[in-house]
Amino acid sequence: MKRGNIKLMQGNEACVEGAIAAGMRFYSGYPITPSTEIAEISAAKLPRIGGKFIQMEDEIASIGAVIGASLTGLKSMTATSGPGFSLKQENIGYAAMAEVPCVIVDVQRGGPSTGLPTSPAQGDVMQARWGTHGDHPIIALSPYSVKETYEITIEAFNLSERYRTPVIILMDEVIAHMREKIEIPDENEIEIVDRLKPKDKAEDYNPYEINDGDLVPAMASFGEGYRYHVTGLVHDINGFPTNDSKIAESLINRLTKKVEENTQDIVKYDEYFLEDAEIALIAYGGTARSVKSAVDMARKENIKVGMFRPITIWPSPEKQILELAKTVKKIIVVEMNLGQYYLEVDRIAKKSTDVYKYGRVNGELITPDEILSYIKEV
Amino acid sequence: MPSQIVDDYFRTNSLPHIWCPGCGNGIVTRSIVKAIDNLKLDRDKICIVSGIGCSSRASGYLDFNTLHTTHGRALAFATGIKMANPNLDVIVITGDGDSAAIGGNHLIHAARRNIDITTIVYNNNIYGMTGGQYSPTTPRGDKGTTAPYGNIDTQFDLCDLTTSAGATYVGRSTVFNPKLIVKLIEEGIKNKGFSFIETVTICPTYYGRKNKKGNAVDMMKFLRDQSISINAAKKLDEDKLKGKIIVGELHKSIRPEYTEEYKRLVNSF
Repeated sequence: MKRGNIKLMQGNEACVEGAIAAGMRFYSGYPITPSTEIAEISAAKLPRIGGKFIQMEDEIASIGAVIGASLTGLKSMTATSGPGFSLKQENIGYAAMAEVPCVIVDVQRGGPSTGLPTSPAQGDVMQARWGTHGDHPIIALSPYSVKETYEITIEAFNLSERYRTPVIILMDEVIAHMREKIEIPDENEIEIVDRLKPKDKAEDYNPYEINDGDLVPAMASFGEGYRYHVTGLVHDINGFPTNDSKIAESLINRLTKKVEENTQDIVKYDEYFLEDAEIALIAYGGTARSVKSAVDMARKENIKVGMFRPITIWPSPEKQILELAKTVKKIIVVEMNLGQYYLEVDRIAKKSTDVYKYGRVNGELITPDEILSYIKEV
Repeated sequence: MPSQIVDDYFRTNSLPHIWCPGCGNGIVTRSIVKAIDNLKLDRDKICIVSGIGCSSRASGYLDFNTLHTTHGRALAFATGIKMANPNLDVIVITGDGDSAAIGGNHLIHAARRNIDITTIVYNNNIYGMTGGQYSPTTPRGDKGTTAPYGNIDTQFDLCDLTTSAGATYVGRSTVFNPKLIVKLIEEGIKNKGFSFIETVTICPTYYGRKNKKGNAVDMMKFLRDQSISINAAKKLDEDKLKGKIIVGELHKSIRPEYTEEYKRLVNSF
């Protein structure tokens, strides 16, 4: 290991480092705490590596420019926090519908509305899934350390390119502003995925046609000679708008299946002391750090608890949660909201085990002590 | 039989278009491709970006790189495209509601940046696609479905707005004078910076009917009679210009262009 590869950095900084390693060459954003460092560091770095940075006039313009740049061939990202994430929702749906790869970072803060700037929260879990209107695919990842932020940002770009869909990185203020030691891997150790490019000649190219056995069409960039149409309307394989109900149904089903049928490829999770656990704690992001400590404390008292930590929040690790529910007596979902992911876990696990929730929305972290007390209570 | 220019530049398989009989949007759309044809631009390098509304459906009919975005956001998407590849000729097609109401913020900031995008607004003074609601360019006193007693709002002058915001080429024409539209678009594309062309078009179906303006021919005659060139207008006082449509090249200036400035910044390292 080279000493120069070991760095002390903040979660937001690791996010930019990971993005650049993944190939990000376009960033547009609008200032909002606690995500602003992501824009600041991108502004400093991108012009020096052949990339483009632009501060747009608002949150909506930022995601619009990201989609435009991605269609023109650059891997693109924007970052925001709760209020800005709400503003971006319409165009996130556009990216899902038109199948434009892009990465949206949401460093969550207390809400609703202007809420608690900028105390930690995890209140955007359901917004990440259902924030934009209509049925649509979404992938959302939530890191619990600075190192994992770096890795997950690379993964977010790879997934967005592979599945041509927007990928959301659901960070929280804890991870964004925490500084930790991380080891930056060598370039050749990083797996990079690029979007599938068309093999057809321009005149034979149907931008939304899929090959047999695949669900993701090949994507040409603007300016490469493939003159095609992109719209947020329901469209046929040529990209032209249509009201045909059969085409509409098959398009929306395909978009949804891209993620649903590849859940096993997409889903990542972590397990801690689950082998003999009677109680499983489920937590993600910054809260998982407190939960991990609570597990350690409980184990010292011979209480058989463990932690299941979804890294991929959406699609949820449904199969793994269901298996877990069959082996433990109780599940407790711990999160900095009033029970958003609890709803998903309860839906999956309630037939097999009892599911409890422990949440908080006052901007204070959930401490290991109180988690331990709650474990004893249930 | 479609004309040669339609055959050459339209995606004839995406026609017929959705516009009503008598609509002026086809005249503007044809003028855009005529300007592109006159300039002999490489069509693979042309990117046409539109928002939402009647005007913005034009992008789908044209055989270039085309992007039909969300309501009001064409300029935001277009800014990403131009930044990502400054070698592309980026043209934005938008309407009065799309550019001046929901997309107003993007319009003034694109002008302020002087980013090399040519924006063509099809101004029909009404929200046509949703059925005739008043827009930021509906004249005071005129009716819309949401102004059943007459509009009490003040009309936006989009050319004044974009000139003040920093556009370096601004012009206006009407669909009665397509030759002028073609000329303005040509000059707008040639201008290295943000160009804004307002084309006053007609909507006999909603604006015309609601305001008893007669049929499409009557509305075209109205545009002919109300238009006055910028040079002639300079000689008249404000009272005599009331209700007139001032047409021609309204503003030209030279300022640094945004993607050139970005390039300059990168080269300074």
